Amino acid sequence: MNHLGFEMEKVKIGSFDFTCCEGCQLQLANKESTLPDFLALLDIRNFREISSERLDDYDIALVEGSITRPDEIERLKAIRAKAKVLIAFGTCACFGGVNSLKNRIPQEEAIREVYDNKAVETMPSMKISDVVQVDHSIPGCPVSKDEVEQILVGIVTRSQVSLPTYPVCVDCKQQLNTCLFDLGELCLGPITRAGCNAVCTTGKSACLGCRGPAEELNMPAFFELVKDRALSLNDLHEMLAFYNAFEPFATDET
Amino acid sequence: MKRDYSLDIHHLTRVEGHADIQITVRDGQLVDARWAIVETPRFFEVMLKGMSAERVPFLTSRICGICSISHSLASIRAVERAMDIVPPVAAEKTRLLAMHGETLQSHALHLFFLIAPDFAGTSSVLPLIQSHPDLVRAGLQLKELGNEISTVTTGRCTHPVSLVVGGLSKAPDKEKLLHLRAMIQERKPALETTCSFFHTLTIPDFSRETEFISLSNGSTYPSIGGRLVSSDGVNLEENDYLLMTNEYTQEFSTSKFTRLSRKSSAAGALARFNNNYDLLHPKAKEVAESFGLQPVCHNPFMNNIAQLVECVHILEDAGDLVNSLLDSDLSEIKTPYTPKAGIATGAVEAPRGVLYHHIEINEQGKVAKADCIIPTTQNNGNIHDDLRALVEQALREGKNDGEITKLCEMVVRSYDPCISCSVH
Repeated sequence: MNHLGFEMEKVKIGSFDFTCCEGCQLQLANKESTLPDFLALLDIRNFREISSERLDDYDIALVEGSITRPDEIERLKAIRAKAKVLIAFGTCACFGGVNSLKNRIPQEEAIREVYDNKAVETMPSMKISDVVQVDHSIPGCPVSKDEVEQILVGIVTRSQVSLPTYPVCVDCKQQLNTCLFDLGELCLGPITRAGCNAVCTTGKSACLGCRGPAEELNMPAFFELVKDRALSLNDLHEMLAFYNAFEPFATDET
Repeated sequence: MKRDYSLDIHHLTRVEGHADIQITVRDGQLVDARWAIVETPRFFEVMLKGMSAERVPFLTSRICGICSISHSLASIRAVERAMDIVPPVAAEKTRLLAMHGETLQSHALHLFFLIAPDFAGTSSVLPLIQSHPDLVRAGLQLKELGNEISTVTTGRCTHPVSLVVGGLSKAPDKEKLLHLRAMIQERKPALETTCSFFHTLTIPDFSRETEFISLSNGSTYPSIGGRLVSSDGVNLEENDYLLMTNEYTQEFSTSKFTRLSRKSSAAGALARFNNNYDLLHPKAKEVAESFGLQPVCHNPFMNNIAQLVECVHILEDAGDLVNSLLDSDLSEIKTPYTPKAGIATGAVEAPRGVLYHHIEINEQGKVAKADCIIPTTQNNGNIHDDLRALVEQALREGKNDGEITKLCEMVVRSYDPCISCSVH
């Protein structure tokens, strides 16, 4: 790859998945029009979903999914030991994701419900940073390929890598959408980190907060807004719990 | 030839999810052949409990990163049938088009990224970018078209945003539909390039008689809803999905297995093809004929060709659906409803076969009970039994260890298993 007139070495990368739907890794193979250029940046050393290569020397590890079994902890620690940069890739990796919904009941009960008497190992869903140090996070369910390209190019070119700090509402207003609150609906756009191009609200579906809390966040004002509009607090709590991304704020207000 | 051979493929590559293939041959005799799924279970049936009915499709789409539209629509169909909601016609057409987009994307991913390297003798599609640039370009064009169809119809290609209970939250934009119509026409040559490539390949000669399971509605190639049928003559109503699946657990697998009239059965493109051949577009039939593919075909490797045949059908039918949507009034896209109690099953033909979501809604409009049965779960038994028959045949033919290993990997990949999905 040539950058500002300098030939740069391809970055050695590994992509790994834990408890998840593999939808975030799949985004790496999407946006087909720029795919050959994107792949030209990378030396893929380990990516089980698309390649039979299983090499252990990688600089960047993309880690998708949450951790729900002891053997996953060991596998994740081994990846951490090898990677110079570990990226929590997607909402499950960053926050525990939808898998965390099973944390509400005792795990033995969950096993009995699905597997009857068969012995199956599982534990409450954990985010990647509960187990190892994370260098960068790319949230999203699924991740946005545009953002993944920006961040990986940023790492390769030693540029500053950052996520938007403002909420989804900013992206949503740019799309000239009618506010869902004005249509009488609840939406987590005012408290969720932007960077998704407001894809859900543009499709007239409420934001469920997959990208986690915005940094410029006014939670008390948000709860006031929900109360002023006489919207359901039960519904709000269901939405806040959906991706486990607002766990630190769960007790802020009831 | 008396020999010992043991194969233990840990975390098979180029499939979705984690599974092992274990083969043991002693004194030239097959002792054991196993399809062992070790994927971590996620417990979606537990996660769904207590969820508001309207939010169910947003949760179930997260079962799978490849067939999220199928999961969303299986749930929506179950909830709508449980609550007696009839979606507007324009919403139904849009949903059918969305299913086509997803299947095209999924089949293209499988044919180019996951199995083409087996035939080309490479570890992944990456070296093919240099060695077969036209083929890779064709693959990317088809995959991109599938994703674009899904994006125009549902707002995003993975984890749809505008498929909702009652219809759609937003209608597809007519400008974008016009663009899609042009794109479909423009990409038909990519399909011809793909067919030419597959014509040059030797599909392994292997057959094991089995039972094929699919949906059937008697008038169109199956997609959303219909009767549950099998090539052994089973014909059931959608809500009778349990009689069709008979799920059971296996000690060596975190994914369940199913059975119907025989010990094992198969779902997916080949099953749909075998059970619904007459309803394919004539151009798709022509392509099938050019590959010598006729119903009922029992060679699992031909599932790859059946997927290619379905891509031909999809491009033709998607063009018709786009035209029909362009002629439709897209202002009525959602039927208003008040949540109420009810129980129903929603069945759809996901890219890899019949997918069932069974949902029970309580008086408060929340999920009281849920059950999801995944296509790959319905293929586990067949994969398991094929491995045994395939290794026995290979031993008779005097194949070497490397050849047997490759055949085993290839037969598993032919089913396009979605393991993470099956261990939801």
